[in-house]
Amino acid sequence: MKIEIRLFATFREGRFKKDVWELPEGTKVIDVLNRLGIKPEEIAILLVNGLDAEPDHVLKDGDYISLFPPVGGG
Amino acid sequence: MAGYCGKVLRVNLSTGEIKKEPLDLEVAKKFLGGRGLGSYFLANEIDPAVDPLSPENKIIFATGPLTGSSAPTSGRYMVVTKSPLTGAIACSNSGGFWGAELKFAGYDLIIVEGKAANPSYIYINDDTVEIRDAQNYWGKLVSETTELLQKEVGDPKARVLTIGPAGEKLSPIAAVMNEKYRAAGRSGVGAVMGSKNLKAIVVRGSGKVEPAEPEKTKELLSRLLKKIREDGVTGQGLPNYGTAVLVNIINENGILPTNNFQKAYFPTADAISGETLAEKYLVKKDPCYRCPIACGRYCKVDDEEGGGPEYETIWAYGADCGVDDLAAIIKANNLCNEYGLDTISAGATIACAMELYEKGYIKKEELDGPELKFGSAEAIVEWTRKMGAGEGFGAKLALGSYRLAESYGVPELSMSVKKQELPAYDPRGVQGHGLQYATSNRGGCHVRGYLISPEVLGSPEKIDRFALEGKANWAKLFQDLTAVIDSLGLCLFTSFALNADDYRELFNYIVGENYTTEDILTAGERIWNLERVFNLKAGIDSSQDTLPKRLLEEPIPDGPSKGHKHRLAELLPEYYKVRGWDEKGVPTAEKLQALGL
Repeated sequence: MKIEIRLFATFREGRFKKDVWELPEGTKVIDVLNRLGIKPEEIAILLVNGLDAEPDHVLKDGDYISLFPPVGGG
Repeated sequence: MAGYCGKVLRVNLSTGEIKKEPLDLEVAKKFLGGRGLGSYFLANEIDPAVDPLSPENKIIFATGPLTGSSAPTSGRYMVVTKSPLTGAIACSNSGGFWGAELKFAGYDLIIVEGKAANPSYIYINDDTVEIRDAQNYWGKLVSETTELLQKEVGDPKARVLTIGPAGEKLSPIAAVMNEKYRAAGRSGVGAVMGSKNLKAIVVRGSGKVEPAEPEKTKELLSRLLKKIREDGVTGQGLPNYGTAVLVNIINENGILPTNNFQKAYFPTADAISGETLAEKYLVKKDPCYRCPIACGRYCKVDDEEGGGPEYETIWAYGADCGVDDLAAIIKANNLCNEYGLDTISAGATIACAMELYEKGYIKKEELDGPELKFGSAEAIVEWTRKMGAGEGFGAKLALGSYRLAESYGVPELSMSVKKQELPAYDPRGVQGHGLQYATSNRGGCHVRGYLISPEVLGSPEKIDRFALEGKANWAKLFQDLTAVIDSLGLCLFTSFALNADDYRELFNYIVGENYTTEDILTAGERIWNLERVFNLKAGIDSSQDTLPKRLLEEPIPDGPSKGHKHRLAELLPEYYKVRGWDEKGVPTAEKLQALGL
């Protein structure tokens, strides 16, 4: 299945802004985080399809993940 | 005296009389200072029904007891007056250095009354206070005025607060500017200065703000600084990217209002994000007085450079106008700073005009400038200039979105509350934040109770942004605590790292008091109720505790928050109850008595 990964702020450093990965069925968000080298505790906002999610969330084809480190207010 | 200077400067521009009055410390502590104390004086001294642009209105420049102290982010001052935009009580807040300098000169507040016969400015250098002629500066832009005034007073370190041409021309969305790029932006406070023929206030001071308990304060400050540096938001996010870091976050959540709130997801948001700003245009950080966070940006595009832009500005001129050209947004921001316009209201008014044009209300032949098409970078820059200069159709735009849309018979197309333009979060996807918009005492505003913190950013804890449960309590708590932070003279951004106990300790050690956390939050609630009572007397009742029809009736059409409307009717009765107000949103006699009002 295809999963889009969107990274923001400092998570982009040495990585990418946006990428699409081919992943096996049953992949969880945490598996993606491990491959990215991002620990769950470094994440302030974790969204799957724009909605709050947890690292054990099971992904399905066409999902997109957005990851933010602690950021700020306006 | 600790914290407070203990002195109020009263300047009557009609008579030329200048008085230095002792500050009643009991009253000061009851209302903390800044926003609270300024509102107390305004409510006591003017008829709430007064015409905001008449000489009978007053404009108060207020600092908090912590302003100018060694506390982190203590550069804040507030402008309190009756707003020409909303008709409600206005309190616009700014950083920079001007507020601290006013304390160094020895004053907690300046109360300006009446109207000068000719353009004037106030010069303050410690005990010297003079009303001086400003005819040479009338009509001049903010940066030129600032430099010329520093030259005239012969002191490059003098701090200058001024209005631009927009304030002189009484635009109800005119800002008060200080240090060129810092704005007490909202509610048209710049027009009140203009109506008094007051161009500027120049301040220089040689004093210090001493804490009551120096040793305890020192120890506390080192602990709080550590908290601010270690917090992800105040230690990394804001310092690295400024407030613009929010563009992508808010968009990814599907609550970035686009094309005048017709949509809530902007596909090319990354082009106008904090990340792109840092990569392409950022020259340096531009921190305020005693600020360890340094979210302020200083950017360069082509041969233009200046302070900003902030997140709200980028949104108003960007997504809300359908524009993804960051260079054009920076130019529009610079024009707002130079002409003294509120960037949120100015950008959002152009967005509203674009919808009026799209729907055929504004006709092409009315326009003496670029077509008002969503996505037009040329339009946002040129129309901002014309708004600032009050030129042609720009003069109509300078009235703000409500008066503009109303003139075409469709006030509902103004995305405003109490006639003040809403900021950069679609309330349909953040229910608590929407309740806060509807009930804010100064109209459409995000900094009276920033529920984006828990609903989106997860600070101090993550709550479900679509849920209604508990939101009334959250709104009250954030509104009351924000009133405390404002009134103390600190920046709201400290609240990502600090809590009510920390503010209590700061207040106690610097002022020399013994408040409990409950006392300090009660002071916040007192301030909120004082503002509410002023508004009720000004004729602004619960019928105005609402949101634009679109946000209540039309679901978000696209993106992750698709299908949601704002459910205000389900939240408002609970909010009034939590506040101890009757079902019409009027504070009960018992509540007012309990708060000592």
